[in-house]
Amino acid sequence: MPGPQHELSRNGFVKAIVAMVGTAMGVIIGIPAIGYLISPATKIQKSDAWIPIGPLDKIPLDEPTLYSFTRTQTNGWEQTVNSYGVYVWRKNEDEVKVFSNICTHLSCMVKWNPDKKEYLCPCHAGIFDIEGNVVDGPPPRPLKLYSECDKNLKIDSGTLYIHFLEG
Amino acid sequence: MFAKILSWLDERLGLTTIYNTVLDRKVPKVNWWFTLGSASLFLFALQCVTGIMLSIYYVPDPANAYDSVQYIMTGVTFGWLIRGLHHWGATLMIIVVFLHMLRTYFYAAYKYPRELTWLTGVVLLLATLGMGFTGYLLPMNQRSYWATKVGASIAGTVPGLGPFIQKVLLGGSDISGVTLARFFSVHIWWLPAIIGALIGIHMYLVIRIGISMVPHEGD
Repeated sequence: MPGPQHELSRNGFVKAIVAMVGTAMGVIIGIPAIGYLISPATKIQKSDAWIPIGPLDKIPLDEPTLYSFTRTQTNGWEQTVNSYGVYVWRKNEDEVKVFSNICTHLSCMVKWNPDKKEYLCPCHAGIFDIEGNVVDGPPPRPLKLYSECDKNLKIDSGTLYIHFLEG
Repeated sequence: MFAKILSWLDERLGLTTIYNTVLDRKVPKVNWWFTLGSASLFLFALQCVTGIMLSIYYVPDPANAYDSVQYIMTGVTFGWLIRGLHHWGATLMIIVVFLHMLRTYFYAAYKYPRELTWLTGVVLLLATLGMGFTGYLLPMNQRSYWATKVGASIAGTVPGLGPFIQKVLLGGSDISGVTLARFFSVHIWWLPAIIGALIGIHMYLVIRIGISMVPHEGD
């Protein structure tokens, strides 16, 4: 015999229970699944270090010169060795500027052209002047600059250092 | 709104027909042993999903396989859970598929007109065992290595052709990167494709012919 209208029917009760249990199961399975898939991105360790570039007096005057160094990071179960480059521009005896060689457009490596006195990015023809400013092409920002004394650049017993951030 | 969308889809996809044929079909009064087929299907789906998830981090290469599994177990969020489900799901699937076979055998459900359902089921059981054997090597730990060694040596005892079968199985005279690559390929492509296709035929036959009833004394 069917009960009054406001009472939950057998069919409605089963539907509600299935919906509730289904939602609970979806959440219980879904959250670990998402956590599993995005896991490596949540575990990148930030690191920073003062990188010695070299003795300041050996760096050529008024000619941006490429210096490279490597950094090791743990990715999954492996140690990944990444190579980085910076252009050191010793403007004069007193002033030194260090530019990252990573293009601000899409992270290709720029190359200094001594004849044209400009940096060229080979990927999409982005051009930067000797001060790192964008001259032509798609880059949205000047090259990353290390020039602030003791903040991201320092000279310690004649050696030039930059403060390098990762992660 | 929802009902409108559903009826629009139903008119074009024939959802009601599918529902009535597949889920609302008539079945005789049976017992809990008749749920083992659905349980096998569920476990196959579970193994597919967790297996696809594991393939995101697992590397089928002798130099990296072990470390990648260790990474899944200790480094990846809920990696222990995904691998645990795949590991225990595999064991459970062997048990459930085997019991499903026993139920069919003891209830004589393999008889006319269900011979083809039985035959596809036999291949499905063997393919499931093949999944167990190939999957066992993938973590590349000591147990994997020696289990594969023993399994391949058993294959090698076949009269005459044995040593040849063993070499084909291992892809050479011993367990190597070639072995791992072919076991991985068989585990994630060949056997799942075969099992998927055979499940399709198996279930088509179950739906087309219907399931047998519990036999009575004197049947």
